[in-house]
Amino acid sequence: MIQFPGEHSAHAPASSQAVLLDRLGEQLYGIGAVVFVLVVGALLAAAFRPRAAAEDVEDPTRERRMAAIVAAAAGATVATLIAVLFLSFGTGRELTGTPPPDAIQIRVTGRQWFWDVEYRDSLPSRWATTANEIHVPVGRPVVFQLRSTDVIHGFWVPSLGVKRDMIPGQETSVWFRADTPGVYRGQCAEFCGYQHAKMAFTVVAEPPDRFAAWLDRQRDTARTPTDSLTRHGQDVFLASTCVMCHAIGGTPAGSRVGPNLTHLAGRRTIAAGTLPNTRGHLAGWIVDPQQIKPGAHMPPNALAPGELQALLAYLESLE
Amino acid sequence: MSSAFPSRPGALVLALALVWGLGCERETRRFREVPPTATPGSALRLSSINPGPAVPDSTIRSTYAENAYAVSEGKRLFTQFNCVGCHAQGGGAIGPPLMDDEWIYGAQLENIFATIVQGRPNGMPAFGTRLATSQVWQLAAYVRSMSGLLRKDVAPGRADAMQAKAQEQATTEQRPEESTTPPQAERP
Repeated sequence: MIQFPGEHSAHAPASSQAVLLDRLGEQLYGIGAVVFVLVVGALLAAAFRPRAAAEDVEDPTRERRMAAIVAAAAGATVATLIAVLFLSFGTGRELTGTPPPDAIQIRVTGRQWFWDVEYRDSLPSRWATTANEIHVPVGRPVVFQLRSTDVIHGFWVPSLGVKRDMIPGQETSVWFRADTPGVYRGQCAEFCGYQHAKMAFTVVAEPPDRFAAWLDRQRDTARTPTDSLTRHGQDVFLASTCVMCHAIGGTPAGSRVGPNLTHLAGRRTIAAGTLPNTRGHLAGWIVDPQQIKPGAHMPPNALAPGELQALLAYLESLE
Repeated sequence: MSSAFPSRPGALVLALALVWGLGCERETRRFREVPPTATPGSALRLSSINPGPAVPDSTIRSTYAENAYAVSEGKRLFTQFNCVGCHAQGGGAIGPPLMDDEWIYGAQLENIFATIVQGRPNGMPAFGTRLATSQVWQLAAYVRSMSGLLRKDVAPGRADAMQAKAQEQATTEQRPEESTTPPQAERP
C-alpha cells in the first residue's frame, strides 16, 4: 500500500516484524475507514430523512423494526471490536514469538548518551565491541539483548519495527529479520536526560557475506600506527584525558566509560548519530563537546594544535 | 500595617528572591569550564598570600564545592575512574579511607585537588594530564562530601548502586584532625 520512504519511517517496513506491524496498521485503518463511512452514512440518512407522521411513531411494527436495527448495529460493533482484538493479538503473538535458534545475538547497552554494542561468541577472544552503529545481515534473525547501566532508555528503530525499553537491572530482548538492505536510523524512545534527543544510532542491514567481513574486521584489534604523525597521535591519546574513558583494542586503553573507538574511522557518524564522521566535526567534538551536546559526559579538551592534529590523524587511521 | 515588612506581597517577593538566590546557585549546571582553557596552575592556590597586588578570589568553591550537580558528577566519576579500586566507597582498602577525620595531605579542596593531580607516595597515581580540570574539582568536592564536609543540601542524596553506608547527605561532619600537613601549608 502507500509507503513513506526514509531511514526513520514506520511506513517503509524493512524487516519481518515491521511488515507485520505495517499490515496490522493497514487492517486497522481499513476497518476504521469502513466504520467511518457507515457511521457518517447513517448520520446523513437520519439528518435528511423526511419527518414521520404522528400515527407512524405509535406503530408497533415500526417500533420492532427500529429495535432490530439498533440491536444489529450494536452486535456489529461488538463483532468488529472482537475482530480487531484478534487481529492485534495475532500480530502481537507473531511479533514476540521465540526467535529462531540460528539467530545472531547482539548485546546493546544504553548509556547516557550513547549505545554500547557487543557481538558475543562462544569464544571470548572473538567478541567484538563497537558503539552507535549496528550491522546486521539481511535474511537472518537477529536478537537484541537490551540492558542499561544508568537510567531507562528506549531502543527504537522505526523502519525495522523494533521498540523495547532498556531497564537498569533487567535484561529485555527483541528480535527481527531484516529483509531489505539499507541504512536505518534508531533513536532513544524513553526520556533519559539532557541529550536524549541526540541519542541516536545507525542500523546497517547488508548481505550476509559483507556482514561477515565487517564483523571479522570488528574483531581485530586496532591498526598499529605506521608513520610518525599517527604514532604521536596514539601517544597523545594514551597520555591525555581520552584514555580515562575510551577503549582502543590492542592498546593499553581499555576503559568502558565512553564509546569504544577501536574502529572509529569506519563509522558513519560520531557523538551517537549526531554529527557526520569527518575530520572537522571530530576536531570540534574533541575540543568542545559541551558546545555541541551540553551535559554530555565528555569534558572539553584543550589540546595544543599540534597534538590535536596528530590525534585526529590517529583516530582517522582506526579503520 | 505595623508589620516589619512593608507589605505582605513585599514579604512574599523577598522570600521568593531568597529561595531563588539560594536554590539556583546550588542547582546551576555548568557544562563548560569558566574559562574553558583553565589549567590546574591558574586555579590551584594553596596560599592566600600572593606577590604583587591582590587578585580576585577564585570562584572554585562556589562552582564546585557548593554546587549539587558538580558533586554528583564527582560521585559518578569516583566509581567510573576506579577510585573505588583502592579507596573503596570511602572506607579505604589498599588506599586510605576518605570518610574519616584523618587527612594526610590536607582536607581543603585545593589540597585534595593537588593530591589527585600530583599523586602521592606509596601508591596514589598522578592523574594530572589524564583528567580534565573540571573533573578533578568535581572529584575533590565529592571527596569532601564523603566525610560530611559539604553543606547538606549540596552533598549527594542518592546512589545508583547498592551502598553499604549512609548517603553523603546523611553523613555527620568529621572535623579534620591529625593532618600531617603543617597548618600554614593548608589553604586558610
